[in-house]
Amino acid sequence: MQGRVDTPSSHAYIGRVLVRLNGEPREVPAGWSLARLIEDLGLAQARLAVERNREIVPKAERALTALCEGDVIEVVTFVGGG
Amino acid sequence: MSERFAEAVPEAEMLTLAGRSFRSRLLVGTGKYPDFPTMRQAIEASGAEIVTVAVRRLDLKATGDRSLLHWLPQGSTLLPNTAGCQTADEAIRTCRLARELGMSDLVKLEVIGDPRTLFPDTAELLAAAKTLVKEGFVVLPYTTDDPVVAKRLEDVGCAAIMPLGAPIGSGLGLQNRVNLEILLETVKVPVLVDAGVGTASDCAVAMELGCAGVLLNSAIAGAREPVRMARAMRLAVEAGRDAFLAGRMPRRLHASASSPPVGLVA
Repeated sequence: MQGRVDTPSSHAYIGRVLVRLNGEPREVPAGWSLARLIEDLGLAQARLAVERNREIVPKAERALTALCEGDVIEVVTFVGGG
Repeated sequence: MSERFAEAVPEAEMLTLAGRSFRSRLLVGTGKYPDFPTMRQAIEASGAEIVTVAVRRLDLKATGDRSLLHWLPQGSTLLPNTAGCQTADEAIRTCRLARELGMSDLVKLEVIGDPRTLFPDTAELLAAAKTLVKEGFVVLPYTTDDPVVAKRLEDVGCAAIMPLGAPIGSGLGLQNRVNLEILLETVKVPVLVDAGVGTASDCAVAMELGCAGVLLNSAIAGAREPVRMARAMRLAVEAGRDAFLAGRMPRRLHASASSPPVGLVA
């Protein structure tokens, strides 16, 4: 995850895209889907809701949703509240 | 004991919200607890079937800790809130996320108009309620004790009205008895006092006025013994409801002896 756009790995160079995840910038390999990102976060089994650019992405559509440069992703869950 | 209380709630006496029936008229929050085990015990002791939850960004750095949902009693009905939202748009967005998360249409709608008092912005609230009802949500709005606003919320299709009794988290008890009484006369949907309860007697007063239920959080979570207070709240809601149904005696300015005035020993 430390790879930078201008520092190709020893293998074939793969592009990366910069997204905003819960308010923080995050680089991901180009071509990753939303489902792949969530899996990478260790949250494949977690109960959560996901927004991409303010639109909810239902669970079934996460694998079909490619991440694009500048995407704003929000991952939310239930917490204690009154 | 618990069986005796269960008997005291016949079918016709259940709380009905948009066609769903609940035995308990006490709704409780899940915030401000020192830990999840205490929260769970308190919810169980309260007998509440509906529990409120908030929608927040997932903490991506947190590890291991099991989520809130694992600690809720089996069969709890989740009531996601829109706490912290300050505009209709934010609240609507939060409700949509909550529906995606909870797979249910029930929402506690709150739109805050002032950060110091946490009083609702009723114009934004009404706008949000309108949209959400159209989108199929069962909307339970946290609102002021204003009967005119309550009627408007009912007219746009809210399933209940949830007026405050005092500011959120203040524990001041019902400061607006008269307004609540007028509000109760004004709308037909269930009225639940939401916010302001500090101790058990506040629940009893709300129920004696004819409220359909009480929603509280801080009064249990902030008690020295939350689990004991949760039980007290359950009993107070039940006592207040029974007192309301029983119909209190008329108030009199002067005394009326309970024992016969004649036959005293000379």
